[in-house]
Amino acid sequence: MIYFAKWKIFSILGICLFGLIFAAPNFLSSQQAASLPSWVPSKQFSLGLDLQGGSHLLLEVQVDTVIRERLDALVDSMRTELRKARVQYGSLGTTATGATVTIKKPADVDTARTLLRNLDGDTTVTVSDQGRIDLTLTEQAIRDRRTAAIEQSIEIVRRRIDETGVREPTIQRQGDDRILVQLPGIDDPERVKRLLGKTAKLAFHMVDQRPRSEAAGGTTPPGSVRVPSADEFGPDGRPREYLLKKRVLVSGDTLIDGQATFQDNQPVVSFRFDTIGSKRFGKATTENVGQLFAIVLDGKVISAPRIREPILGGSGVISGNFTVQSAQDLALLLRAGALPAPLSILEERSVGPGLGADSIAAGKIASIVGMILVVVFMVVVYGRFGVMADIALIFNIILIVAGLSILQATLTLPGIAGIVLTIGMAVDANVLVFERIREETRAGRTPISSVDAGYSRAIRTIIDANVTTLIAAILLYQFGSGPVRGFAVTLAIGIVTSMFTAIMLTRLLVATWLRRTRPDTLPI
Amino acid sequence: MRGINLIPADTNLNFMSLKKVFFVISAIIVLGSIGLYTANGLNYGIDFKGGILMEIKTTDGPADIGSMRGKLSGLGLGDVSLQEFGAPNEIMITVQAQEGGASAQATAIESIKNALGEKIEYRRTEFVGPKISDELFLDGIYAVGAAIFAILLYIWFRFEWQFGLGAVAALVHDVISTIGIFALLGMEFNLTTVAAVLTIAGYSINDTVVVFDRVRENLRRYKTLPLAELLNKSINETLSRTIMTSVTTLLALLALYILGGEVIRGFSFAMIWGILIGTYSSICLAVPLLLYLDIQRRSGVDQNEQEATA
Repeated sequence: MIYFAKWKIFSILGICLFGLIFAAPNFLSSQQAASLPSWVPSKQFSLGLDLQGGSHLLLEVQVDTVIRERLDALVDSMRTELRKARVQYGSLGTTATGATVTIKKPADVDTARTLLRNLDGDTTVTVSDQGRIDLTLTEQAIRDRRTAAIEQSIEIVRRRIDETGVREPTIQRQGDDRILVQLPGIDDPERVKRLLGKTAKLAFHMVDQRPRSEAAGGTTPPGSVRVPSADEFGPDGRPREYLLKKRVLVSGDTLIDGQATFQDNQPVVSFRFDTIGSKRFGKATTENVGQLFAIVLDGKVISAPRIREPILGGSGVISGNFTVQSAQDLALLLRAGALPAPLSILEERSVGPGLGADSIAAGKIASIVGMILVVVFMVVVYGRFGVMADIALIFNIILIVAGLSILQATLTLPGIAGIVLTIGMAVDANVLVFERIREETRAGRTPISSVDAGYSRAIRTIIDANVTTLIAAILLYQFGSGPVRGFAVTLAIGIVTSMFTAIMLTRLLVATWLRRTRPDTLPI
Repeated sequence: MRGINLIPADTNLNFMSLKKVFFVISAIIVLGSIGLYTANGLNYGIDFKGGILMEIKTTDGPADIGSMRGKLSGLGLGDVSLQEFGAPNEIMITVQAQEGGASAQATAIESIKNALGEKIEYRRTEFVGPKISDELFLDGIYAVGAAIFAILLYIWFRFEWQFGLGAVAALVHDVISTIGIFALLGMEFNLTTVAAVLTIAGYSINDTVVVFDRVRENLRRYKTLPLAELLNKSINETLSRTIMTSVTTLLALLALYILGGEVIRGFSFAMIWGILIGTYSSICLAVPLLLYLDIQRRSGVDQNEQEATA
């Protein structure tokens, strides 16, 4: 055992050297690391949001609203078609995954079925007793809709976040209908949350200006809707309501630009339509000069100006009750586009840069002090052998750092705890070996045979002990999230590297020393 | 340079004669933990119960918790708790989950920021919705359950089933008592605590494995020694390494507990407790249990002597 094959010695030293090389870039600043020649490893591990500061947001796309909208539209077109064909019907409405209608005259059922079957290729039509016809969206159609809505949401979220100028955001789909957003180093998570919290569906409607008497009394005339104002309040403190024509003149998806500017010293938002939008807007404004039209954002009227003259240039200005910030936010939302469905924030974890820096400092001190305590303890208890274990311990830390860099892992605060824990655990293997060597020495074996027995007999115990901890680390990675995963990663890397340093490196050191000095007794 | 034997080589304490005492102590610990858990429950952090957590630091001298509490309780946010967090000018605020979905949380956070006014550094803001907290809770239970099961399988595979049972009894004892100490002290139980519990599950078994390996070795070596004496001998022979491995890890963890900052303190506390209780349970619970688990003593010459372990 005290003779190592040459290739073994080279492999052990080689791994240590590689560890040093791969760990080294982390001690440089990121600029310095970037300026290294390309053949030098320059990967650094990254710091988690809890250490560098930033926001972690888990969003949920409320996909069901997309399906609901689709079903509402289906019901609308069913109504139109049936009316056109003068089919008498009753109880028209949506079901969980489709729409249903009851045809009054049995003679009309066939006509209605043919009509409805051609209505939407994604539905299956079933007719049951008493003239009831059910249209059901196919599962494929629902799945496609959901996927499209989520992908589009991710795209819009990305655009909105890019517009805020956050550097290196991470935006990824998680699970079925969730989006994970990580924003390193942002100082105002509230603004991003505000921006992501808005669907930003913009639509232009005509205001229904029929005489008040008709509109009043709580009844809403057919073809019109009541929409609350965003910022005007009535005497009772409730938002003022507008009566708007249901039909959308022009919708926001034809917008191609939005900018915050000033008009008469008031912040306003200017916008521009694409060709189709320009034409529609031009036509609508030409036909309705003198009338009021309303700009509706997410179901609230933000402004209801009078059309003074036809607007043919395809651009316009929204003046509302804006502050500079809210005008900028609206312009940004218009540029980035509307979300297909509302998002809700399921989880937020934001850490300011101050706490992150404090955590790093505390983690460093704890690691250094923990290290010193363990190093001193090992020397006191195991003498020269302790020194060799300590050398291995230092290489263990280097290898952990190298492992984190190679895997491009993220170091989190629990991750630092994992490293400190590993410092304490890494020497355990050496303790087991050294104790066994002591025992063998007491049993009267020669130094070389004691060391030999110490290693060969302790190895199985060491492996058993480490495998159980590794099992825990793997499960922790599997079930854990965010910072806790960082802990699982450092713990797992630490277990593997500590087995290498304890079994291979210290053994090489001990064997080399034994071969050189041939001691009569072991200083252990 | 020669080391010092902190635990003399000829240590021969009679652990087995005290086994009934240990069993009673462990039974009290386990039953007490379960009782405390049922009676007090755990002080779950927002990870598991949902809600808002804010860590703030006043930039103009020590914080006036009383006046802050006054300002925040007027907001109608339900349960609001404030406590000093590591330093007189650092405060942790926790607010119960708000009714009315995601926008209500954002509004609550903004209204807290408005109420507290200027001269405050927002060091950490976390919000966990009910959906996520339920998921995290279940994930935590699955993870701990799966870990215990996987470790049981491994030990079973490496030792005879009697050893596996003894080891897992000690392991479950350690996990339950860690939850118990959190219930007793009312310390916050959050995701990092679960990480600690899982690590304890993986690590506390180490000492048990060390002693069990020795028991197995001695079973082969001393065919006629009464089992109780053999177990006692095994404990004493490995006592030094059982304690030394725990001490090195405890040294590192103490540094982490004292110097690692408030955020990680609960984690280090759980780990320290877990290692202490893990060492105790390996020596005083797992090994004496073997006496009742009918371990096989093979007769005849054992060819596996070379397989002997530390």
